[in-house]
Amino acid sequence: MKLSFSNPRIRALIYQAITIVAALAAGAYLVSNTLANLQDRHIASGFAFLGREAGFAIGETSFIAYSAADTYLRALGVGLANTLRVSLIGIVAATVLGTLIGLARISHNWLLARLATAYVEFIRNVPLLVQLFFWYVIIAETLPHPREALEPLPGFYLSNRGINVPVPEPHAAYAWILGAFAAGVALSTGFAWWARRRHARTGRRPPVAEAVLMLLILPPALAYLLSGAPTGMSVPRLAGFNFSGGVALTPEFAALGLGLIIYTAAFIAEIVRAGILAIPYGQLEAAYAVGLRRRLAMRLVVLPQALRVIVPPLTSQYLNLTKNSSLAVAIGYPDIVSIANTAINQTGQAIEGIAIIMAVYLTISLSISVLMNWYNARVALKGG
Amino acid sequence: MPGATSTVLPRHAGASPIAWARANLFSSWLNTLLTLAIAYLLVKALPAFVDWAFLNAIWQAPDSKACRARAGEGACWAFIAEKHRFILFGTYPFSEHWRPALACVLLVALWTASALRVFWKPWLVLVWAFGLTVIGVLMWGGVLGLTYVENERWGGLVLTLLLTTIGVALAFPLAILLALGRRSSMPVIQGLCVGFIELIRGVPLISLLFMASVMLPLFLPAGVTIDKMLRAQFALIIFCGAYLAEVIRGGLQAIPAGQHEAADALGLSYWRKTLLVILPQALRISIPPIVNSVIAFFKDTSLVLIIGLFDLLSTIKVSLAEPAWTGFGVEAYLFAALVYFVFCFAMSRYSQNLERTLARAEEGRRR
Repeated sequence: MKLSFSNPRIRALIYQAITIVAALAAGAYLVSNTLANLQDRHIASGFAFLGREAGFAIGETSFIAYSAADTYLRALGVGLANTLRVSLIGIVAATVLGTLIGLARISHNWLLARLATAYVEFIRNVPLLVQLFFWYVIIAETLPHPREALEPLPGFYLSNRGINVPVPEPHAAYAWILGAFAAGVALSTGFAWWARRRHARTGRRPPVAEAVLMLLILPPALAYLLSGAPTGMSVPRLAGFNFSGGVALTPEFAALGLGLIIYTAAFIAEIVRAGILAIPYGQLEAAYAVGLRRRLAMRLVVLPQALRVIVPPLTSQYLNLTKNSSLAVAIGYPDIVSIANTAINQTGQAIEGIAIIMAVYLTISLSISVLMNWYNARVALKGG
Repeated sequence: MPGATSTVLPRHAGASPIAWARANLFSSWLNTLLTLAIAYLLVKALPAFVDWAFLNAIWQAPDSKACRARAGEGACWAFIAEKHRFILFGTYPFSEHWRPALACVLLVALWTASALRVFWKPWLVLVWAFGLTVIGVLMWGGVLGLTYVENERWGGLVLTLLLTTIGVALAFPLAILLALGRRSSMPVIQGLCVGFIELIRGVPLISLLFMASVMLPLFLPAGVTIDKMLRAQFALIIFCGAYLAEVIRGGLQAIPAGQHEAADALGLSYWRKTLLVILPQALRISIPPIVNSVIAFFKDTSLVLIIGLFDLLSTIKVSLAEPAWTGFGVEAYLFAALVYFVFCFAMSRYSQNLERTLARAEEGRRR
């Protein structure tokens, strides 16, 4: 190898060496500035503050019990649980709503298609933050006080304190039902696997859909009856100025959930529509020509190809929804960002707080990507 | 996909309105049911909305008393009329409002000019540099007999437009460098660019804005301070740059290897090859997705409210906090939605048209 600047390989090595040195120098400069500044302002560093008492209350907690006497670590845990709760519910509901609206946009019904188009065009072109404020105002300002709460269904109350819904009272039977359902899922997975093998071997297809339906419904129903068929419901009742009993969704949670679902559904609708339109009509005609009926043609021919187009952009919408849930801080829902922000304001440890936020979101982003890439690999073309 | 029929059969307009309605509204009992249900809902909701938003609305009122008297029956647009100067220009000195107004016009003109294909020439960069300088002089003042206005007092619609415009203008070169770096054959440069892009895209914009507002001051040497607006602008540029980089990378990947090989065969250096052969083609095909990124970015600038800047949404929210006008949030946020919608819808229509025109031009070239 000729040692000269005109040799492209030598040149590449020199450029990269310069880049590394420049990056390290810039990093060292920033770190030294930061250390000097922290010392000047008497700000502690390190994660020791996580073990100290947080001293602030959190408006709503999910899964983790919390009081102001608990540590910062526990407070952040509550925030993370709140982020995950709203994101998971949002992803499921936005997928369902988005698919329905996407199908509505390509419907033959002119009125329905126009309505869905108007929805998508309007929602996509207005910032999510405006929509969140709008829903929050709708709930907190225009809904009546708990005393005059709206009751769209018996036991369901809408008021400016949030949404109250009835839930079954805790009973041992529900644990059994959950167990029976899990067993049903396991059995149906096994049955579907066996059925596929048998289908491949003999060419006859066992009735999978019917069997799975039976396996999913019968065991939980049986468990319910055998463990005493409890009927007790915890129904929201007006007590003083607010409701007690049932499950209460706070205005913050309701506004954030509603905003995220409605906003993301508009984007998912476009993805679903594009995915289905990407399949040439000839594919469906060919499926009919080989004798498949409409349902089978959709399931075996159109859907697998459409999913291939839909899954990658759908993944980024799921990631967007999770990242957008951080707008919670603007309407006061205690998600991870909002709690880390409070911790930063109290301790002054901005670097650690922001590092925690970033680490949490990078972990969530990576997990969703890995999961969806695995699913994408399953629906993608094999080989090639 | 030209010429390809899709799973959805086109419905030809019938010879008569009745035939059209039968084909498009009442083709089956399910469709009939859907049509009737939607029509019923529209008949119930639309007149009520028109009554509230237009017929019973109060358009002008010196204070909120008249609005309160009609609460629930009619919208209080008087709130917007009363507060429009603050919503548009923030706390900019009242007598100088013509300056941000002119800046808004110039900003929109700059965008409109860039949208026209006759202006897609290298000298467009100079037009932008000149335009931004004029806008800077207008807004800051201090020269040509204009009084100086510090940027803490900038706000409202003009701040939203400025954050977006300066954000995109500075993120664009950054994005091109990042995209080229990501496609580089040098592992160190590629690694740095991939790491940077994925880190920025993996975290929410809020965390970057928090970082800019509380961490950036710690990074600077003692004695050096940057004000809040510029710190937020810095975070927005980095954020926008990472997203645009991925869009431009898509354009770079679409350029066939033959173009690289041909440029190499002519003996062009890396930078001449990139500037003369690759980038002009890659940027042209990336423009529709770039416009979509700009729309998303325009909406995202509303997040600066959270770190306490007075952009369009923030001035509306602050106006609402005034005791005289509390309780008119629905009107206020509908107005905010309308303003954002006008800008975003115009951009998205433009992007769709452009996509069609470019596809047609591409087809013509292949023939």
